Amino acid sequence: MASSSYITDILRRPPERTFLGRLKAGDEISYLTTLACAASILLIVGLIVAELWTKSQPTVQTFGWKFLSTSTWNPNSDQYGALPFIYGTCVTSAVALIISIPLGVGAAIFLAEMAPPRLSNMLTFLIELLAAVPSVIYGLLGIFILVPLIREYLVPALRNTFGYLPIFEGPFYGVSMLSAGLVLAVMVVPFIVSVSREVLLAVPTDQREAALALGATKWETTWDIVLPNASTGILGSVFLALARALGETMAVTMVIGNTPKIAASLFAPGYSIAAVIANEFAEANGKLYISSLIFLGLVLFGLTIVINAVARILILMTTRKAA
Amino acid sequence: MTMEISLRRRVVNVLMLSLSGLCTVLAVSVLFFILGYLLVHGVRSLSFAFFTHLPKPSGETGGGMANAIVGSGKVLLLAVLIGVPLGFLAGVFLAEYSNKAFASLIRYTVDLLNGVPSIVIGIVGYALVVLPMKHFSALAGGVALGIMMIPIAVRTTEEFLRSVPNSLREGAMALGATKAKTIFTVVVPAAISGLISGMMLNLARVAGETAPLLFTALGNMFWSKGWLQPIATLPVMIYNYALAPQEDLHQQAWAAGFVLLTLVLVINITARLIIARGPSSSRR
Repeated sequence: MASSSYITDILRRPPERTFLGRLKAGDEISYLTTLACAASILLIVGLIVAELWTKSQPTVQTFGWKFLSTSTWNPNSDQYGALPFIYGTCVTSAVALIISIPLGVGAAIFLAEMAPPRLSNMLTFLIELLAAVPSVIYGLLGIFILVPLIREYLVPALRNTFGYLPIFEGPFYGVSMLSAGLVLAVMVVPFIVSVSREVLLAVPTDQREAALALGATKWETTWDIVLPNASTGILGSVFLALARALGETMAVTMVIGNTPKIAASLFAPGYSIAAVIANEFAEANGKLYISSLIFLGLVLFGLTIVINAVARILILMTTRKAA
Repeated sequence: MTMEISLRRRVVNVLMLSLSGLCTVLAVSVLFFILGYLLVHGVRSLSFAFFTHLPKPSGETGGGMANAIVGSGKVLLLAVLIGVPLGFLAGVFLAEYSNKAFASLIRYTVDLLNGVPSIVIGIVGYALVVLPMKHFSALAGGVALGIMMIPIAVRTTEEFLRSVPNSLREGAMALGATKAKTIFTVVVPAAISGLISGMMLNLARVAGETAPLLFTALGNMFWSKGWLQPIATLPVMIYNYALAPQEDLHQQAWAAGFVLLTLVLVINITARLIIARGPSSSRR
């Protein structure tokens, strides 16, 4: 041991403080600082999960899994069930996707397959600006512009054509799951367009040329050759839009009606997970009440993470295949 | 030999292609509807007092949102001070230092953070700042928005640093510069226009965020002194005023919406034009 300690002593001796040595030390500082910042992101995400988890424990222990499957939400009697919010979130997101998928994919087809590159870039720029509009502004327009339009034109039209369906029954008060779904549809279209266009552009040109050379029309080429090639990526863009729709707060809160009831009709007011947190968190008193809202946040967090991950994998699969 | 294409196929072709064009027109026109409505309603209710006066109770004329404009500025300043340095340095680490495994772990975490709904970030700001300090504050709002800025800050930094050609790094190192010196005096300056516009885009994104501020910054009808009191912000004011029953408050909400949207879009468009014309894209 004694003999080796001499050598390790030399190795451990700090480098001489020459000019170069000091610079080397600066190098270490830069490395360690940036490393610390990168690592702190792990810490922040860890902290988020830990906070949500610990603060929602009272609800988990009191209600367990039943929290997610019961539909009573009554702060006065301290009874909490999340089903109406989960239902409202799913219904509004579904309405949004049903409208935005054809619209978004249609626009992406035009932008990727037909429009000349300069026009396509300009239009994509404009459509992507829609994603930059703050959600509270969508809510503002939703309340004062879209809801009156829905009441005036869309609701009578739906009643006249599909009035026999239970989803278009009952009175329409303006704020409703239908209104929320429509606002959401407008909000997620840019994500579908932007990603689907990228994915379509990544399909190799020789695929198109081969189809056209065999006598297919432009549309047949697009529909039968290009779209199947890009379908995984387009599905990815849909999942991306779904994650957005599920987590969207302000616009939905402003037009959904904020009523914790499960109604079959889209004309009826509802509530979403994000909306109930936004609406009731600041005034919530009582440990179980706050804990239930935070647990809803945790559910939303988990849901969006899974869906975002699926979206990323799907998009990567197509763009990698093309590359 | 000419190819005969049946009438049905030709009709389907033209019909479907026009439909896809129609979808594009619809999507783009939504933007102009939004801009149009805000311009019409916003400018009509905008006045000089909007920028200089405190809010007045409904019924009294001449109130403004001066406190909310300053408040948004203060909260965003805090957010930038928290989110940008941290994200930038982490991005430097990913682009210049990290090994592959650790980098992909960080990148995955960053993407995860980017996907967290803004309302959940609000809960986190509440749990981390409001609960320990026992009151709502500008600081809490700044922390919440700062956390939201981190993912984009990391990603743009990494992306723009990677687009700097390696020959620059090799040149600097051949001249005897250390790695730190190479990064901060050669690589970062080479990417600076991209970095700045990326951070502008990031700022524009959080400037309109409302949900994370609802129970962190809360709101305030008066001036907020310092950084530890509840503070008014434009997005939260729009939300509160739009849901209020009084017509004159709706007018104020439109004015605030117009100001906010103009701010966000101007920053966003400027940044994207810089990126589009910047050296990093023309080099490709």
